[in-house]
Amino acid sequence: MAEAGRLNLPAAPTIRAEPVTVVRVGIIILILVLWEAIAQSGLLYRDVVPSLLAIGTALVKLLSTSDYYWHLSVTASEVGTGLAVGGLSGLLVGLVLGGNRMLSKSFEPYLYYLGPTPKIIFFPVMIMWFGVGPGSKVAMGAISCFFPIALSTAAGMRQIDRVLIRVGQSFRANAWQMATKIYLPAMRHPIINGVRLGLGVAIIGTLLAETKLSNRGVGFLIIQAYSLFDMPRMYAMLIVLFVVAIGANALVGRLGGLSTIRQR
Amino acid sequence: MTVAAITRSRAFPLALGLGSLLVAVLVVEALIRVGVINRFIVPLPSQIVMAFERVIVEEDIADRFRLTFFEALTAGAMITVVGVLLGLLLFRINILRQATETWVAAMASAPTVLMYPLFLVIFGRSAWTIIMMGFVAGLPPVILKTIEGLSATRRVLIDVGKSFKLTGPQLFIKVLFPAALPTIFVGVRLGLIFTLINVVGVEFLINFGGLGQLINDLAERYDLPGTYAAICFVILVSVCFFVFTEWIERWLRPVD
Repeated sequence: MAEAGRLNLPAAPTIRAEPVTVVRVGIIILILVLWEAIAQSGLLYRDVVPSLLAIGTALVKLLSTSDYYWHLSVTASEVGTGLAVGGLSGLLVGLVLGGNRMLSKSFEPYLYYLGPTPKIIFFPVMIMWFGVGPGSKVAMGAISCFFPIALSTAAGMRQIDRVLIRVGQSFRANAWQMATKIYLPAMRHPIINGVRLGLGVAIIGTLLAETKLSNRGVGFLIIQAYSLFDMPRMYAMLIVLFVVAIGANALVGRLGGLSTIRQR
Repeated sequence: MTVAAITRSRAFPLALGLGSLLVAVLVVEALIRVGVINRFIVPLPSQIVMAFERVIVEEDIADRFRLTFFEALTAGAMITVVGVLLGLLLFRINILRQATETWVAAMASAPTVLMYPLFLVIFGRSAWTIIMMGFVAGLPPVILKTIEGLSATRRVLIDVGKSFKLTGPQLFIKVLFPAALPTIFVGVRLGLIFTLINVVGVEFLINFGGLGQLINDLAERYDLPGTYAAICFVILVSVCFFVFTEWIERWLRPVD
């Protein structure tokens, strides 16, 4: 009875951090402390490792200037156009190769082996073909993302459930209807994966081209900061760039419903 | 032999692929000769073929190839040693693995090559900038695949090792490492591909080193057939490298 009559108060909520979170925070703090210690010690050349305060100040300054956003928009439009051109052509080629075994055996090995070659070596050719302006950067982005999207689409096309194709055929669907109602929805996962990979390499291809020869864009700003030895600004730009690139990658996956596909 | 039999034969896809490539080259040659394509923008394919010998002989391609190979090999050795050791560390300390595995995966997809101006400042315009860029780009897949391979080791093999009272290092050398080797090599292969891409790419960007610099040099001299020939050569080298590493991976893969 005494036991029954005891007032069972809910336990006071205790904020307990997950051990993994604690380790993560610990690692971040350790890196930051080490960084600051190296910056203050003068072991490396002056400014090669600037203080965290200097990087933070540069970051705030960078993000508060309208000029940076203009350059960011130039790069974003080049990457976007490159992704559209390379992605659509990759999708088309992937659909053709995935849908025809003979063509796949004949031409897919070329894509497979050309895919991992360093695309930046094509930049001199792209300058000849499209000039020194944004055209050559768009072309670099398009070439970079073409291969992963084409290969991913072709592989996805081959993995479509035969039953779905037969259902479409039994409804006498034409080629367009087959593509929009059967193939593309069934290949959502590999296509999104291909676009994610393609976006990553398109960003790299475009930015590298900008660092090599350009007077606009984030790549140009990075190489300009290097030329002026403005290291805090360079670090700030690299931080923003990494956040944008990883964020864009995650966004494509989320918009494409990759997480919901995986959960099924 | 009927048409159907020919198209069904094993050699047909290869012949179709090569034949189409040849036809495309001939069409480009014809279009340039009749003036549809400007020959100051796209050189004649026959000129490119002729330029191969010149590029090989005059541009000291053997030395350049050796330098690129040395840079890629050094970076490759570094990613293998450091990657496997870090993978082992994360495999042994589970909490560290849980805390950092997603970071390593994020690093694999991050545009690390864009840090090359930073590496230029730290290491100067030298082979070390190129090697370190290759190292940074190739490290994440080796770490991730090492963890994957070690984690996938069959429990029975570990139990057998323990029943023989093997010590920690012995268990790693005799059981865990051999069992994980095929998966680790997949990571090393991916890492080597990333490394090679970055080595040649950074050579081109900073105009230093072997094959990447050659393309840059020839392009700056406006030697169009030479530039195209050098690009073809680099593609050939990377395809050979890719095929070779793929062959080793297949050789290491356990028979089901």
